[in-house]
Amino acid sequence: MRFIMKTNYYQDIRLFKYRSTFFWYLALVSGSLILPLLLDEYLISQLTFICMYAVAAMGLMLLTGYTGQVSMGHAAFFAIGSYTSAILTSKGVPFILALPAAGILAGVVGILIGRPILHLTGLYLAIATMGFAFIVDEILIRWESLTRGNMGFYVKPPSIGSLIFDTEIRFYYLSLVILILTLFAARNILRSPTGRAMIAIRDSEVAAQAMGINLAKFKTIAFALSAFFTGVAGSLYAHKLFFINPESYTIILSIELLAMVIIGGLGSLHGAVFGAAFFIFLPQVIIMTRDYMPVYLQNQTGLEPALFGLLIILVMLFEPMGIYGRWLKTKYYFEMFPLYKKDSFKREKKYQKAERR
Amino acid sequence: MAFFKAKNISISFGGLKALSRVCFEVNKGEIFSIIGPNGAGKTTIFNCINRFYDLDEGSFRLEDQDISRIKPHTVAGMGIARTFQNIELFKNMTVLDNLILGQHRRRRSNFFTETFFARSVREQEIESRERAEEIIDFLDLEAYREQRVINLPYGVQKTVELGRALAMDPKLLLLDEPSSGLNVEETEDLSFWMSDIKEELGITILLVEHNVRFVQQISDRVLALNFGELITQGTPKEVLAHPEVMKAYLGEEDAAASS
Repeated sequence: MRFIMKTNYYQDIRLFKYRSTFFWYLALVSGSLILPLLLDEYLISQLTFICMYAVAAMGLMLLTGYTGQVSMGHAAFFAIGSYTSAILTSKGVPFILALPAAGILAGVVGILIGRPILHLTGLYLAIATMGFAFIVDEILIRWESLTRGNMGFYVKPPSIGSLIFDTEIRFYYLSLVILILTLFAARNILRSPTGRAMIAIRDSEVAAQAMGINLAKFKTIAFALSAFFTGVAGSLYAHKLFFINPESYTIILSIELLAMVIIGGLGSLHGAVFGAAFFIFLPQVIIMTRDYMPVYLQNQTGLEPALFGLLIILVMLFEPMGIYGRWLKTKYYFEMFPLYKKDSFKREKKYQKAERR
Repeated sequence: MAFFKAKNISISFGGLKALSRVCFEVNKGEIFSIIGPNGAGKTTIFNCINRFYDLDEGSFRLEDQDISRIKPHTVAGMGIARTFQNIELFKNMTVLDNLILGQHRRRRSNFFTETFFARSVREQEIESRERAEEIIDFLDLEAYREQRVINLPYGVQKTVELGRALAMDPKLLLLDEPSSGLNVEETEDLSFWMSDIKEELGITILLVEHNVRFVQQISDRVLALNFGELITQGTPKEVLAHPEVMKAYLGEEDAAASS
């Protein structure tokens, strides 16, 4: 167990609570820097996908996990980011400007769409955002003079100055840096009044309002932020694939992002990264283990999707707090060793919740 | 000039008259209670002050300023804080975060300084923390500081909610049945705190309450309400002895028997 003698209030709000936490994150970052040197090109590109989906999932996490607003339209923000960046760079705008522009345009659209529908909640909001995604999808297909419709759009590899990110490993480092920057920004916002206001809205709108939190304003901020990050991820995606067309941005993508956030663990930034890793990495692992399975399973068609689906069900069944919840429990186990009790995380059942009016 | 004044307030939901032409005045620094049977419209008054509902008629004035048409989130900025009948805490946050959130209206930082957690934001956070610690000290919440509200017992949650309202540094505190669900000891603590709030912090309290003994003990003045209409107002003794109040609480025959 660890007891810390606190001597000032800043200790409670700094980025890394303990020196050891800082050390572990440093180790993680250096690990992520060294790892691609040991892997082949294909696996590096998978790592790149984890980074960019993590950025997008983090965007959605701010909206759904922290502000409590469900969105099934995030594919649209992702698409807006992709196309903005692709079109701008094709017109000769440098990538270093196109990337934030992609985020900003997605954010502005987020404000425009968020503002009128923000009094909706739960499933109604989910359906409304889905409707918005359909509209964006249709625009991408029909506005051929700008997006080249279903023909698709070729995208150049990004470059900053004379540095061209044309190899897998360079692009991976680019994505990693952007992931770290966005995580840093999100973390800062979450430990400031804006982040707290977002969480307050999730937990009780009435009370938030009585505290002087302007619901419309902070929901719009949450929408804009969320769309911004997802747009940035979309920009990376376009430059990674070199070729984009509207088929990549269907409702399936929206649902995948939502699933990442929920599987990762709602209400934690770790969860967004874990969720992205789960979604990208697990299918790979399943494919790799296929060779070691019994013969009758090896020849089974459609095995990977089925196993993947099964794993999702299992996570939801046994870990309602998502992968992050499991992570917390594991960490706690080692911190408390050998005193860990199985019931440490069991919620006390509440029978006396006052519901009288 | 009255500190807080409700003039002819009326509101109806469909055909139901929840409040009809209720008038009252609250003086600065007093504890003013509103009593009445279930459904009398007590909480509705609070919800109207908080602007969750629009008044059909009438107005509220705080220090001679009309506050009956302002936006809901600006009510807190006028110096009005409240608690809720069915605890409305931010239940996945710690006690500390709830108390810090109570100070939201004093936020000076903007979105951009927050993204980089600039020095000014850090200073502001530490300031909020200091204020939160004062409240923790005032309400004896030290033991629960870092705990998530959802895991706390009911009585403590009620106290945290009171603390969160105090964190707003209000001029007027609206308490919606603060003693409901509390045991005798907790109720006693509450009445001590309330007199401290009134005397040390100089905050005016508007109270909705069922517990008649509690009301009698701490209120300066009482208003009785039934079916959205004002029955009577005055000192606790006068109001509780009023035949109409007895009738509202005890029914016709009992009232006749006791008089």
